Amino acid sequence: MTAALPPTIAIQTMQRAKRARRAVTVRIVTPIIVIALFVVGAIFVPLLYGFDPLHTEVLQRLLPPGSELQDGSTAIFGTDQVGQDLFAQMMMGARVSLTVGISSLLVAGALGVILGLFAGYFGGWLDNTLMRIADVQLAFPGILLAILLSAVLGSSLWNVIVVISITNWVVFARVTRSQVLALRNREYVESARTLGASSWHIIFRTLFPGCLAPILVVATVEFGHVVLLEAALSFLGVGVPLGIPSLGTTIHNGTAYLVSAWWISVLPGIALAALVLATGVLGDALRDRFDPTLRSA
Amino acid sequence: MLGYTVRRLLLAVFVLWGVVTVVFLIVRLIPADPAVLVGGMDATPEQVEAIRHQMGLDKPLIVQYFGYLVGAFAGDFGTSYTQGVPAMSLVARALPNTAILAVLACSLALIVSFPLGLLAALKVNRPADRAVTTMSLLTQSLPGFWVGVVLMLIFSRLLQWLPSAGLDTPDALVLPVITVALPFIAILTRMTRSGLLEVVGEGYIATARAKGLSERIVIFVHATRNAMIPVITLVGLEFGTLLGGAVITETVFSFPGVGRLLVDSILVRDYNLVQACVVIIAAGFVLVNLIVDLLYGYLDPRVRLAK
Amino acid sequence: MMSTPHRRNDAAAETDDVLLSVQDLQVEFATSAGVVRALDGVSFDVRAGETLAILGESGSGKSVTAQAIMALLPKPAGSIVGGQVRYRGTDLVAEPVSRVRELCATEIAMIFQDPLSSLNPVFRIGYQVAEPFRRRLGMGKREAWARALELLKRVGIPDAETRIRDYPHQFSGGQRQRIMIAMAIALEPRLLIGDEPTTALDVTVQKQVMDLLADLQAETGMGMILISHDLGVVADVAQRAAIMYAGRIVETGSIRGIYDTPAHPYSQGLLSSIPSNTAIGERLTPIVGSPPNLLALPTGCSFHPRCPFATEVCRTTVPVLRQPDGWEPGHVAACHRSEEVLTHA
Repeated sequence: MTAALPPTIAIQTMQRAKRARRAVTVRIVTPIIVIALFVVGAIFVPLLYGFDPLHTEVLQRLLPPGSELQDGSTAIFGTDQVGQDLFAQMMMGARVSLTVGISSLLVAGALGVILGLFAGYFGGWLDNTLMRIADVQLAFPGILLAILLSAVLGSSLWNVIVVISITNWVVFARVTRSQVLALRNREYVESARTLGASSWHIIFRTLFPGCLAPILVVATVEFGHVVLLEAALSFLGVGVPLGIPSLGTTIHNGTAYLVSAWWISVLPGIALAALVLATGVLGDALRDRFDPTLRSA
Repeated sequence: MLGYTVRRLLLAVFVLWGVVTVVFLIVRLIPADPAVLVGGMDATPEQVEAIRHQMGLDKPLIVQYFGYLVGAFAGDFGTSYTQGVPAMSLVARALPNTAILAVLACSLALIVSFPLGLLAALKVNRPADRAVTTMSLLTQSLPGFWVGVVLMLIFSRLLQWLPSAGLDTPDALVLPVITVALPFIAILTRMTRSGLLEVVGEGYIATARAKGLSERIVIFVHATRNAMIPVITLVGLEFGTLLGGAVITETVFSFPGVGRLLVDSILVRDYNLVQACVVIIAAGFVLVNLIVDLLYGYLDPRVRLAK
Repeated sequence: MMSTPHRRNDAAAETDDVLLSVQDLQVEFATSAGVVRALDGVSFDVRAGETLAILGESGSGKSVTAQAIMALLPKPAGSIVGGQVRYRGTDLVAEPVSRVRELCATEIAMIFQDPLSSLNPVFRIGYQVAEPFRRRLGMGKREAWARALELLKRVGIPDAETRIRDYPHQFSGGQRQRIMIAMAIALEPRLLIGDEPTTALDVTVQKQVMDLLADLQAETGMGMILISHDLGVVADVAQRAAIMYAGRIVETGSIRGIYDTPAHPYSQGLLSSIPSNTAIGERLTPIVGSPPNLLALPTGCSFHPRCPFATEVCRTTVPVLRQPDGWEPGHVAACHRSEEVLTHA
C-alpha cells in the first residue's frame, strides 16, 4: 500500500484537519501574547508615564489621540477631561481589571472548588443544601446581586473582589461537583479507598487533579466575565472607589464629553473587549485541546 | 407531567422565598444606620429615634422579618425614603417599560440567532461558521454599557437619528433594545449551533435521510425539533444575563425602567425602594424560568409522558 | 491492483433478476490519524427474493458498505473513491446524491441497529410511519395515518389503534424495531438492507424479528441484505453469505456451503469460535491475534498474521476471490490455501 493516492476528498479533509490542529495552537499562543502585553503594559506604562490619578493638567484637557503635549511627548490616545494621558490611565485601569480579575477568580475558584469537591464527594444533605443555595443565588441575575452587595458593603477595592467572588463561585462549584460525580466511581479512586486513604486524601490528592482540566477551562472564561463585571460596577459608580481609575470609571467619565472627546469613552472599551476576547479565545482553545465534551455555549 | 409541574412550581416558590429572604438579610447588613441616613446629618438623636421607630427598626429582627415577608408577598415594601410614596407604586410604574424592553430584546435575539446558529451548524468549520462563531465571541466580549455608549454616540449624537434618553417616543426603544439584545444574540447563536451539531449525529437523522427525505426536511423538521429543547432551557437560564444587561442599559440611556430605578435608589441609599426593585426583578427571572421549565416539560414527550 | 470481482458463472449476471450489483467498491475515510481504506474492492450481487448475509467483526466494513450503497456515508469524512453500485442497471456512485436519495425508501430501504436512537423521540410513531406516505407520495394526513396503522398491524404491534399515537420511548426494544421495519417497507421497496437489526435485542426477540423479516420477504419478494456479526442469527433467513474482513470480502457462497465447509481460514475461525451446545465443557477456540489496524494493514493477505495456514505467498500477494478447485459453483474465497483449508475442516 505504498502507491501515492490521488488527492481524494478524504485526503483534502485530512489536510483541513491538520490545518485546524495548527490553528488551535495559534489560538492558544496569540491570546497568551495579548494578555501578556496587557500585563506588561499595566505594570510598566503608568510607571513610565509617572501617572498620578490626582494630578490635573488643565491646559491639556481633552486633546485628541496623537496630540503633542507640552513636554514634547505624544499622547497616543489623547488626554482626558482633567488633562491626564489617556493611555497611561487606561493601563492603570488595566491594573485594576487584572488585579480584581485574578483575585476574584482565586477567591471564587477556591471557594467554589472546595464546596464542589465536598458536595460531589459526600453527597447527601451537604450536596442538597449547597445546590439549593446555588439555585437561589442563580435566581439573581449576577449584576443585580453584585450591585446590591456593593451598595451594602460600600466602595473599596477589597469589597469589589468579595462581591464578585460571591457572585461567581457557583459555576466553579458546579463544574467541580459534576466532575467529582463522574470520577467518584472510577477504579483508581476505588483502589485508593481500599488502600485505606482518608477522605481528605481522596478528595484533594486523588479526585482534585482530575478536576483541574475543566476548572481551568471554566476559569479562563470566567476571567472575562469577572473583568466585565468589575467594569460595569465601576461604570455605575458602585465598584472601585473614586481615587482608583478603573476602565469602567474612565468610560463613565467620558460620557459627559461624548461628542467632543469620544476617545475617552471609546478606547478603554476597546481595550476591555480585547482583553476579554483574548481570554475567551484562549478558553475555547484550551477546551478544544483538552476536553471537547465540555463544549457548550 | 403533573408531577413535573408541581415540582417546578414548588421549586419556584422556594427560590422566590429564598430571594426575598436574602434581600432582607443583605439590606440589614448595612453598616450604616438607615435611620441616620434618612434623617440626615443634622438630625437630633430624638429625631433619629423617631425615624427608627417609624421604620420599624427598633423591633427584634425576627419580627421585622415576618413583617417584611408578609408585606413582600402582598406587594408592600414600605415607603420610599426619597420620594415619599409606596415603593411598590414606583416599581409598578417602571415595570411595564422594562418588561417591554426585555420582551423586545428577547424576541429580536431569537429571531436573529436561530438562522445564524442554523447557518453555522450547516456549514460547520467552513468560512461561514467561522465568521459567525468569531462574531459571537467578539460580541460577547464587548462590555454592555460600552456598546450602549457607542451606539448612543453614533446614532444619537452624531447622526441624530434616534433619541438618546427617556421614553418619550417609540423610537427611543431602538437603541436600548439593540444594546440589550446583542450579547443575548451571541449566546443564543452559539447554543443553537452546538445544539444542532449534537443532534445531527444522532441515529434518527440517518433514519430520516434513509427515508429519502430532503435535507431541508431532515434539518428543519427532525433536527430542529430536537435541538430546540435543550436550547430553550438554556434561554431561561441566560435570561438572567438579559435582565442584568437591561439594568445597565437603562442607566446608560436614562430609560425609565426598574433597572434605572434600582441603580438610582442604590446611589441614594433608599433601601425600601432597592428591596422592591431587586425582588421584582428576581421574581421576573424566576417566573420566566418556571415558564421555560414547563415549556420544556411539554415539548419533550419523554418528560411529558414519563411513566 | 484490487481483487477482481468474481462473476457468477451463469450468464444470468446481467438479467433483470439481479437487483443490486456492487462491483469493486472502494471507500476511504479521512481521520485525524490518516486516510483509512474502509472498503478495498467489495463486490457482491443480490437478487430479488433472496437474502444475502454480510458477516464480519466490527471494523470489517460491513456497515460502511450499507452506508455507501444508500449515500449515507458521514460527510465530509467518508467518500466513495472507486467501483460501482449498480441498482437495476443504474450506477448509483455516478449519480448525484439527490437522485440516490430519491431511490431511498421507494426502491432501497434500510433499518438500523439501535431502534431507540434511530427513531425520533419527539414525534409520535404514527407520524413517523406515515411520513414516507405524506412526504414522498404527497398523501393526505388521514389516508397516510390509515396506511401507517395497517403497517403497524402487519408488523405485529399489539393494540395498534391506540398505540399509534404513542412515542418511541413508550415501546419495548423489539416493538421499536418492528416500527422501524414498518417505516422501511412502507413504500414497498425492492431491496431492504438491515444493518445489525437484531444486535441490540434480546435473544428471543431476535428470532421474532428475523421471522417477521422472512415473512415480509416471502410476501413481497423483495431482496434483503442482512448485516451482522452473529452467524447464528442470520442462518435461518439468509440463503447466501459474504464474509468480510478488513474492508474486503474474503468468502462468498451459500449459507450452508460456508457453514459446513468454509474455504477461508477466517470463516473457519469464526465458525469454530462459536460456542456450541454439543461441545459443552470444552475450551473455546478464539481466533488468535486481534483485528487489524486499518491504518496499517498487513501486506499481502490482511489475515495472514492470524492465519494458521499462512505461507510466504500470503505475505506478499493479495489473494483474489476464486473458486477453489473442484468446489461447488458460486462458492468463492480469497485465499491462496483454500484447498488445504477445505480438507482441514
